[in-house]
Amino acid sequence: MLVKKDYTGVYVFAEQREGVIQSVALELIGKARELADVLEEKVVAIFPGKGITDQCQTLIAHGADDVICIDHPELEFYLTEQYAQVVDQVVKAFRPSILLFGATTIGRDLAPRLSARLETGLTADCTKLEISETRELMMTRPAFGGNLMATIMCTEHRPQMSTVRPGVMQKLPADPNRQGTIIPFEPKFDKARFKVEMLENVKEDKGMVDIAEAKILVSGGRGVGNQEGFDRLRDLAEVLGAEVSSSRAMVDAGIIGHDRQVGQTGKTVRPDLYLALGISGAIQHLAGMEESDFIVAVNKDKFAPIFQVADLGIVGDVNKIVPLLTERLKGMIK
Amino acid sequence: MKIVVCIKQVPDTTEIKINPVTGTLIRDGVPSIMNPDDKGGLEMALRLKDAYGAEVTVITMGPPQADLVLREALAMGADKAILLTDRKFAGADTLATSNALAGAIRTLKWDLIVAGRQAIDGDTAQVGPQIAEHLDIPQISYVADLQWDGQRFLVKKETEEGYQRLAVAGPCLMTVLASGCKARYMSVRGIVDAYNKPVEIWGADHIEVDEEKLGLKGSPTRVAKAFTKGLKQAGEVFEVDAEEAVGIIISKLKEKFII
Repeated sequence: MLVKKDYTGVYVFAEQREGVIQSVALELIGKARELADVLEEKVVAIFPGKGITDQCQTLIAHGADDVICIDHPELEFYLTEQYAQVVDQVVKAFRPSILLFGATTIGRDLAPRLSARLETGLTADCTKLEISETRELMMTRPAFGGNLMATIMCTEHRPQMSTVRPGVMQKLPADPNRQGTIIPFEPKFDKARFKVEMLENVKEDKGMVDIAEAKILVSGGRGVGNQEGFDRLRDLAEVLGAEVSSSRAMVDAGIIGHDRQVGQTGKTVRPDLYLALGISGAIQHLAGMEESDFIVAVNKDKFAPIFQVADLGIVGDVNKIVPLLTERLKGMIK
Repeated sequence: MKIVVCIKQVPDTTEIKINPVTGTLIRDGVPSIMNPDDKGGLEMALRLKDAYGAEVTVITMGPPQADLVLREALAMGADKAILLTDRKFAGADTLATSNALAGAIRTLKWDLIVAGRQAIDGDTAQVGPQIAEHLDIPQISYVADLQWDGQRFLVKKETEEGYQRLAVAGPCLMTVLASGCKARYMSVRGIVDAYNKPVEIWGADHIEVDEEKLGLKGSPTRVAKAFTKGLKQAGEVFEVDAEEAVGIIISKLKEKFII
């Protein structure tokens, strides 16, 4: 029988790669802080890795009260079973009420494995987390390709687990004077279960930029047409000091890589300015960008759904407007 | 080699539209398809079959009409098909779904289980890894390429920064990306054969799992409410020539201190 009061604290799986704390970990700590303040409980970071002990303070500076530091040679690279054993042991020893993961290729591999091991619920890709009047976690997420929102609860099992995509929550500014407790944790590995061997970990220079970090995005869709049209977007982006991104149509056409795709199956972005050029605004796309501060849309079709979320809409031909805009801005910014 | 492929019938979410007046989903006339990542997974399994010889069993959980995706899989080249359908499975979240599928897979013989990374209706990517945990076998997710060297599976896994090459011996579960390999079409012969091959229909009695772990009863998560997102208030829309449009954009950006 579950005794809920035995489970307290808002825990965050603090993801690092090659010893670098991932932005999503700090974003989750920011959100966890807010939830924990409502509950009057602690924010605790679970921080596995190799040679990472000296970085615990960063997690505290961004809002963690405690950091459970699991510094072990077996944890140099993420492998499912190694990490699952560690987090499983931490959860069983500390009994968190809430446990959050980044919805990355690591978090989305680890969290479901753990939810089955811990026999508890897991809600993927939450865009909103709140505490209910009954002190339960309310997890809201898009479903049906972003067509529908659902609020999910896990009231009879602990911990209440969810994943959150990078860029959705906001980190707190670092306070280097913030005090917290570092708790070293010694894992007990069952190495017989380590069946997957990493042969190679390759980082590709895909010209990769994290579009979720960009302040301005110049984003192109089907209306841009072809590679040449997209090159004009790159010119505009250069003048604005922006990054280029796209809807799924451009990725499917092979004009741009998947890492620059905005939307339900791509990335969630919230830049200061989002220029939607030749993007009609399928719901899947809107789901990834509608939180942007200011949205300018240019599209030929005046009934395109993108105009329903745009702060400024222009009905017209992107391939005429973009070069002209680039020229004018060049003159001004010089 | 024996391979089990988990597939799901899903509504084609790219075809779903929202009624702008009522704000509700228009589901009528939305076609049902084989989930794209699952189709990629089936293709990978069929390529292993082509190269090394394998028996490919497809399994799905769903209503009786999910039979259709199994027929499609048989027409593509799968050898056997199992439909898990029972009122006791209804209302299942990902954990209860994974318990049902794992319960069915336990009764089969296999060397490899393949599933799609995620389904386009739920987008959770959870059921594959949860099945692997129930069966106590390793998992590799985000698989873009899968080879067999006679002893081990050699896997290319996509990551945010690039890729990893992983090796695993013995029984394991992979979750596969649709982009990993382009699925073959059904052959005419295959379509004819698909209707001559039996689809086995299994209920809760047929599988090895505690009934408490199935359906709504076995689901730790509940949907408290579902709603369509209210679209935000639309801004001003101008229908002007390019010259004027550029002027409007620039003055707006200045007003917002973006430039």
